[in-house]
Amino acid sequence: MSVIVILIIVSVLVAGGFLLAFLWSVKTGQMDDDYTPSVRILFEDNKCLDKKEVVEILPASK
Amino acid sequence: MSTACYHCGANCKETIQVEDKFFCCDGCKMVFKLLDENGLCQYYDLSDMPGLTAKGHFVSEKYNYLDNETIKEQLIQFKIGEQAHVVFYLPQIHCVSCIWLLENLHKINSGIIQSQTHFEKKEIKIVFNPSLISLKQVVQLLAFVGYEPVIHLGGNDWLKKKKVNKKQLYKIGIAGFCFSNIMMLSFPEYLSNDVLELGSLRHLFVYINLLLSLPVLFYSASGFFIAAYTGLRQKWLNIDAPIALAILVTFSRSVYEILSQTGAGYLDSMSGIVFFMLIGRWFQDKSYDSFAFDRDYHSFFPLGVTVLEEGKEVNKALSSLIKGEMVLLRTDEMIPADAVLRTDGALIDYSFITGENAPIAVAVGQMVYAGGIQKGRSIQLEVLKPVGQSYITELWNSPVLKTEKNTEKSFVHPWSQYFTIILFLIAIISGIYWSIYDTHKILPAVTAVLIVACPCSLLLTVSFTYGNVLRWLGRGKMYCKNASVIEAMHKIDTIVFDKTGTLTNHDDTHLEYTGTALTVKEMVAVKSVTRESLHPLSKMVTQLLLLQVADIIDFQKIENFIGKGTKAQCDDLEIIIGSVSFLKSNGIIIKDSIEENIEGSLVCLAIDGMYRGGFKINHTYRNGIEPMMKDLQARGYQLHLLSGDHPIEKKYLQQLLGKNIPMLFQQSPADKLSYIEALQKQGHRVMMIGDGLNDAGAIKKSNVGIAVTDQTHLFTPASDAILEGSQIYILNDLMEYAKKAKLIIVLIFILSILYNIIGMYFATSARLSPMVAAILMPISSISIVALSALLSYSFSSKLRAHN
Repeated sequence: MSVIVILIIVSVLVAGGFLLAFLWSVKTGQMDDDYTPSVRILFEDNKCLDKKEVVEILPASK
Repeated sequence: MSTACYHCGANCKETIQVEDKFFCCDGCKMVFKLLDENGLCQYYDLSDMPGLTAKGHFVSEKYNYLDNETIKEQLIQFKIGEQAHVVFYLPQIHCVSCIWLLENLHKINSGIIQSQTHFEKKEIKIVFNPSLISLKQVVQLLAFVGYEPVIHLGGNDWLKKKKVNKKQLYKIGIAGFCFSNIMMLSFPEYLSNDVLELGSLRHLFVYINLLLSLPVLFYSASGFFIAAYTGLRQKWLNIDAPIALAILVTFSRSVYEILSQTGAGYLDSMSGIVFFMLIGRWFQDKSYDSFAFDRDYHSFFPLGVTVLEEGKEVNKALSSLIKGEMVLLRTDEMIPADAVLRTDGALIDYSFITGENAPIAVAVGQMVYAGGIQKGRSIQLEVLKPVGQSYITELWNSPVLKTEKNTEKSFVHPWSQYFTIILFLIAIISGIYWSIYDTHKILPAVTAVLIVACPCSLLLTVSFTYGNVLRWLGRGKMYCKNASVIEAMHKIDTIVFDKTGTLTNHDDTHLEYTGTALTVKEMVAVKSVTRESLHPLSKMVTQLLLLQVADIIDFQKIENFIGKGTKAQCDDLEIIIGSVSFLKSNGIIIKDSIEENIEGSLVCLAIDGMYRGGFKINHTYRNGIEPMMKDLQARGYQLHLLSGDHPIEKKYLQQLLGKNIPMLFQQSPADKLSYIEALQKQGHRVMMIGDGLNDAGAIKKSNVGIAVTDQTHLFTPASDAILEGSQIYILNDLMEYAKKAKLIIVLIFILSILYNIIGMYFATSARLSPMVAAILMPISSISIVALSALLSYSFSSKLRAHN
């Protein structure tokens, strides 16, 4: 039966990983817009950012 | 031969051409050329005719104020070295092509490093290099390609809003995670008696459950506790109070059972219901991000003005404008503050302020009022009052508007109060019953009653139903600010309409000629004369005649009297065209009986000293107004009409709307406001439907204020709901549908009462096992959500039929 203990721990950890992934995606604003990215991915050579890396700002920094 | 403009799709004559493509105006052609030169023609492949009519005018000086450092600082969110971040609101964004073009701006100007659109909020975030391109140039580029940003110095309000939304999502995520894991770990417990032999694992499972339920109780459910607490402090038992109580009771009993090793508790039901309720609230609150419902007058005025200081033009922030300063106002700019006119050529369009349609000529030395738009050439004004004290802005400071509206509690709250009282009665009765028969079962029975019968299902019903109804109204192009607007709509018994821009279509005014018919030669001559004048009415006459004749002839002599009329000599024809008084002052006898007060919307024409006729502005009333009004009356609504305009069309309106509708004309914004107030004092619940700044006070004062808009929600006054102008004819159906929301809630509430009775049976007999609770909870929640969606869909059939 002790194998169940390990399995339970593993399953909670896996689920916890997904929870963290969700929290991270909310924090980085991936849930803000659910339409544009689906369109953007179909555009060819969308960005030419190789010249410069855009400085990311978090809303809190202002 | 007419064709569709390759850029914007407007009807056009085949005159402006590039290769095989036709354009309606030079503006559209210029945009096309710009895109073509930069290899951005994919814009036209992604959607058909995606462009926005350039309308052939583009004033670059308009954005001069963006060179002002204080304004720049307020707009630019973030600046480091060669990068500046700025976010604009572009209400014009409507299709895939828009996104594509806006995200490829860097191909047009290399100063733009990155641009990213947010379709739902209709925002664009631009990262640019301030040493290569100025903020002003960025805005000019956007405006040039057709996406003129709506700039307002709201500061960083949007950031705050975002944070709140995120918190809600965190709470849902955590509750969902804990709920699903508790559920999984509870399964063995449900089945343990017959199938599984759990032994010491049982303790492990329940303790993990207890651990997992802590974040649900302390973080996810915190909103309910806070709301219940604030409600109780105001001596008001809101719907959150019994919910908070149920959560607490469930948790305490579960902790007791776990620690005393008498059972597994009801942590799965508790976290489940919290999860569902959070989703319900999120669903209801997920409203229209891209709409601005709370604009005050600041949003209507320009951010900056051009001030003349010792003959030099200086850009100044609007807020720093002081009395006595000289303001330079260009064509199509808005008067920032009440002022005195110092140069001639003023032709002010007050339609936004007063609802009057025709522009007014103002003489030097006269007052001009904030909010008017200059239609003539550049003028100079001397500021009389600071911005905040102008005639129009004072309306906002009137104490009548300070009172909060719709503070009445939702009809759900009294229900939840009765519900709570009955709940306690049942708990007490079952407690007394068990104290007689089996004292050991008092506590289990009483707590079980409180666990089972929390008004969670009522909250779920309400939040999901309002969420659904808001969405369906949105499909009907009526966008409500929040769910309380729907409830306020239930109670409306009086509807007040504005005329100009609400019942009529702003963009679709046209002229009608009445009088003796003109020969082709005369039409050519008149057209040649009117095209020389900038007066909007004169432009309309030109447009009208352009449809009849194409030629132009030269004239020998022309005299232009700004705001009055024009005198000209074309070959052998002497043409006098202008206002009634202008013609009279030139000695023309007008035979038709023309009322003096319609001066502003009539152009009279005399040829060779003989009065020939007049061009009269005709408003086009929106389609379907008449049946809509009749239907609303049949449903028992009292209708009123308030207009800032002249009563020229009173007869026509009476014919259209019926004679028994009170109609008031030449109403000032303050008149409209006090009219609404008077109606409310009589005990009516008033809905105001209007469009311009002149209705803003009334809209704000009314119980439900609806702003009607034609251009994709540019310039809507603060309101409870925004309705697209083309949809006003289905207002009756929208109202009816909003009323159905209550019916849906009642129906589903009856269903949830049934679930409660079943649960009560188990609870009062002290036989509520965690498994029964765990089955009952999701079944009731899911069936409520499904039924709410189904009923809102089936009741919306009328709205769907219009689309």
